[in-house]
Amino acid sequence: MTTFAPDSILVFLETTLGGEPAKSTAELLGAAAGIGTPVAVIAAEAEHLEALAAHAAQAGAHSVLSAQVDSVVLTAPLADVLQQAYELVQPQAVLLAHSLTSREVAARFAVRHKLALSVDALGVQRDEQGVIASHSIYGGAFATTSAPTFGAPVITVRVGSIEERAQAQELALRALDVAAGDSAEITVQDVSSVQADSARPELRTATKVVSGGRGLGSAEQFELVYQLADALEAGVGASRAAVDAGFIEHAAQVGQTGVAVSPQLYVALGISGAIQHKAGMQTAKTIVAINKDSDAPIFEIADFGIVGDVFKIVPRVISALEARKAQ
Amino acid sequence: MKIAVLIKEVPDTGADRTLNQHTGLADRAASEAVLDEIGERTLEVALKILDSQPETHITVLSMGPETIQATLRKALAMGAAGAIHVSDEQLLGADLMLTAQVLAAALRRDQYDLILTGNMSTDGSAGMLPVMLAELLSLPAATSLSQITITDGVLQGTRELEGATAQVSTPLPAIASITEALPDARFPNFKGIMAAKKKPIEVLSLADLDVEALPADTARSIMLTVNQRPAREAGTIMTDDGQAATALVEFLAKNNLV
Repeated sequence: MTTFAPDSILVFLETTLGGEPAKSTAELLGAAAGIGTPVAVIAAEAEHLEALAAHAAQAGAHSVLSAQVDSVVLTAPLADVLQQAYELVQPQAVLLAHSLTSREVAARFAVRHKLALSVDALGVQRDEQGVIASHSIYGGAFATTSAPTFGAPVITVRVGSIEERAQAQELALRALDVAAGDSAEITVQDVSSVQADSARPELRTATKVVSGGRGLGSAEQFELVYQLADALEAGVGASRAAVDAGFIEHAAQVGQTGVAVSPQLYVALGISGAIQHKAGMQTAKTIVAINKDSDAPIFEIADFGIVGDVFKIVPRVISALEARKAQ
Repeated sequence: MKIAVLIKEVPDTGADRTLNQHTGLADRAASEAVLDEIGERTLEVALKILDSQPETHITVLSMGPETIQATLRKALAMGAAGAIHVSDEQLLGADLMLTAQVLAAALRRDQYDLILTGNMSTDGSAGMLPVMLAELLSLPAATSLSQITITDGVLQGTRELEGATAQVSTPLPAIASITEALPDARFPNFKGIMAAKKKPIEVLSLADLDVEALPADTARSIMLTVNQRPAREAGTIMTDDGQAATALVEFLAKNNLV
């Protein structure tokens, strides 16, 4: 019978539809290692479990609990797995990604165990009384910390916000046998992947992001955003105006309603910087803005701003970047 | 068919939003409170069902301060048949769990075929409440839908996953949450506004719902500290003179960003 460290932190690791570990894996285990002993829980289709467990150990899990599920889309069965792992490990905190799937798993699990939820954390620490989470509120205008009145907190962590990484561990795997729960669930008939450009960093986890706004003028001209993104090896985002105008898909929307990003570099092209857009990007480390309107609010928060024509400036930036690379 | 639509009043995202630095609570006086946009879209989904199925009965439900009544009245003017307002001083600073317990208790007082919510509020950004209600009410939840249809007691929809979409379905009763891909709400017309004056807004307290704010067996999330971040300051802003691109690349290089 394996025993678990008293300072165990249970980390629910999400699996992609293709059976790959989610990008949040390393940062969640890194966050957990900073406050205790990371124990990973994985729920996936049987054929992927072995590889996923090995990856979790490599990313810092001291032990890995795994269970087979029929689908990684439905969140009630995933919460069943987390529940069983929690009862076995009795951890001091439970960490999950603040992604669509994992936040639902967190919510279902917290309700079942009447545990306190801390959502969209940017970091986790310890104080004398236990694990606390830090948050950024109203799009980065306020910083808060939260803690439970008692018991282990269930914390969802904003993807891309944790830089710490844990040391690789030897794999210590235990299989859980989780019986099908009795939760009411929906039926999933068909899942189709949205064509993603695998060569380009994913928006949420990219360390650099180039976003385009209404100033790009058309879907064809939005190509300029992709070109600069590729020159910088950056992910691609957009303002709501650009999404509403149909220049790019909704998943790329950065802002209050959409994705919140905190990259090392955020480049805003033809984006005026409405308050709702700033709410999704103003915690970026460095902000660069190019816009023809010198009164655009984006310049109030830009570390480097250029007032001018994106269609003239950006191609020159790309050539200068290429020249630098060629040196 | 009976539909409950959950709506929420939030600080306007188009203005500066403020937390009180002593209490950690939203400073409601600092910015205008508005109906969260996703709530308007959620109501519109229900109104579209009402358009095609006139026997539909829509109840809007909200938890919050007195000011929410104006918003509930507007929802009634748009076509909702009734409204429930949960209001109690003990709900000040309520966390997600308490909010879910309160809303679940209010929903248990009737037999709804469909409970509609937005996928995520603009102030809390948790995106958790729909499945918390699903757990508390033992109902299936079809969340994050960009399309939704109800036919013969079955809900069908397109669920937006990260990097994929799924076609999902569930028999009613069920909970559904929608994304902002669905259309914005209609405006109330004069007839609707007049009719709304006669429609009921039921006000409920925690005692009415038999919910305890601090039960011994349920952990609450509390805010320990709150700090206003210093506003970002503008850095170098230049007007393009043909050399700006080079200056930008030098800036990126100096900061190890290329």
